[in-house]
Amino acid sequence: MKQQRSGALSMHAGVADRDGLLGMLMLAPAVIYIFILVAAPFFLAIALSVSDATVGDPHIHHFVGLRNFIRIMHESAFGLGLRNSIIITFASLLLILILATAESELLVHNFRGKKLVQIFLILPWAMPVSLAAIDWLWFLDSEFSPVDWLLRSVHLLGPGTLLGPANHLYYFGREWLGLASIITIYVWRLLPFATLIVLAGRTSIPRDIFEQAEIDGSGFFRTLFRITLPALMPILVVASMFTALLVFGDMTVVALSTRGGPGYTTQALPYWAYLKGIDGGALSEGAAIALFLFPVLLAGSILALRFAYRAESR
Amino acid sequence: MFVLFAAFPALWMVITVFKSDADLYNPYNNPFIFNLPPTLKNIEFLFTSTNFTVFLWNSFFIGIIVVAITLLLSVPAAYSLSRLVGRWGQHSSIAIFLVYLIPPTLLFIPLYEIVSLLQLANTVWSLILVYPTITIPFCTWLLLGFFKSVPREFEESALIDGCSRFGAFLRVALPLALPGIATCIVFAFALSLSDYIYAAVFVSTTASRTVSAGIPTELIRGDIYYWQSLMAAAAIVTIPLAVAYGLLFDRLVKGFQGDIADDKAAA
Repeated sequence: MKQQRSGALSMHAGVADRDGLLGMLMLAPAVIYIFILVAAPFFLAIALSVSDATVGDPHIHHFVGLRNFIRIMHESAFGLGLRNSIIITFASLLLILILATAESELLVHNFRGKKLVQIFLILPWAMPVSLAAIDWLWFLDSEFSPVDWLLRSVHLLGPGTLLGPANHLYYFGREWLGLASIITIYVWRLLPFATLIVLAGRTSIPRDIFEQAEIDGSGFFRTLFRITLPALMPILVVASMFTALLVFGDMTVVALSTRGGPGYTTQALPYWAYLKGIDGGALSEGAAIALFLFPVLLAGSILALRFAYRAESR
Repeated sequence: MFVLFAAFPALWMVITVFKSDADLYNPYNNPFIFNLPPTLKNIEFLFTSTNFTVFLWNSFFIGIIVVAITLLLSVPAAYSLSRLVGRWGQHSSIAIFLVYLIPPTLLFIPLYEIVSLLQLANTVWSLILVYPTITIPFCTWLLLGFFKSVPREFEESALIDGCSRFGAFLRVALPLALPGIATCIVFAFALSLSDYIYAAVFVSTTASRTVSAGIPTELIRGDIYYWQSLMAAAAIVTIPLAVAYGLLFDRLVKGFQGDIADDKAAA
């Protein structure tokens, strides 16, 4: 209806009045910008991955087929990197989902000083990721970590105690503890983001449902498992896809905390792509590693989209 | 508990800033209290003996230009999607958000090629060129929600009064969306400040570094960590951002909510 009316108006007006055309004109610059700097590089990444380009000679001269892919798959770092990327993503995701649900359950109510609490809670996400990693690097320092100090002061750490004879845990210096530390950093950093999404879903559940449940004598946990969680399910799926994409595609935390060490035991694919492609100068191999991320990311995105739309159409 | 988990490492960061060496590097001291009087020496060191001010200025400069580019492109795009191009535009919000989630890790190698081809490597312009790929999708998504919540009636009466459609956008919709635009400015700035990967890959000269790449690389010299100054730098950057995000908390929740609620109403 509106379309028709503006169509009638456009008889005596130019572009500025034709909704469809003007719409395209206003949309085009953003789309073109994104296309040139996101879609084009993506295809360039594919081209690079089947070439022999290096940082010293970045032009694509020779087609080498799948040689880069085969070569990187034979390196021991590849298996470890893939394993760690998967472990880190799933472990962070699980913890974030549980904590975000709990946190949104708290934030849905009003209380005094909520603004201040929100500032503290969102701080980890507001912090630039590299600075967050640096903060944790110091927080879990091999010698001066205040966590070690706390553990020592309650006699859980140190000679003759539960956590071993050493005075320090060396968080980033051991394989599993290193991974656990990396996971902790991701949980810390992305919890606010996931909470925002879950909270958005939580506040849109009609309040009378909860009031009814209370009248019927339903306890907290019963309400949580029977009403809140089922109603939140679609948004939880969306939140987990977003979070997983952010964790799986990130290299900063690994790059600045363990640097993939000791050996390659805490290496993740994105940082390995960086080491190979930029530091090591083998652009083509780096591009090949980065492309290994893509199928997973694509599947994640498609799932996220489908669930999101299903949630919307309900 | 949650506040503690979120704030504990940050608290440790702030305490560290004011500690003197002798206090900090003694494993027998209680790390949470000042065993020796607090000092401002570390902040002074940061501003006088490091390139921190250079990084700050670079980040600021990049941020401003990125914000300008982002607004110029994403405000019209969001308006167009919410009003002009039909139903699919209104439902595109989650798809747009997904573009924001495409990780830089997938793109930094080809973008590095493009940047060196354009001879922009090692300049702030390489980052100015690339950051809008992160900020445009995010801000378009945020603004789309805003334009959706502006009642159409205002613009329609402007149209009847003889305004052109573009005129209605400029004079009616734009002023009504100002809070949304302000939110966008904050986030576009913050996103451009936060990036590490592009900043680390494209720029390797001190003069063009940003805070988020410069602090980890330049303040850690070999194995020598200037922890207090590092923490001071991190705190100076983080605290304003945290306050800004915290105050915009509800608006962000509404942004995600808009995605669900609006389409529910439409369906």
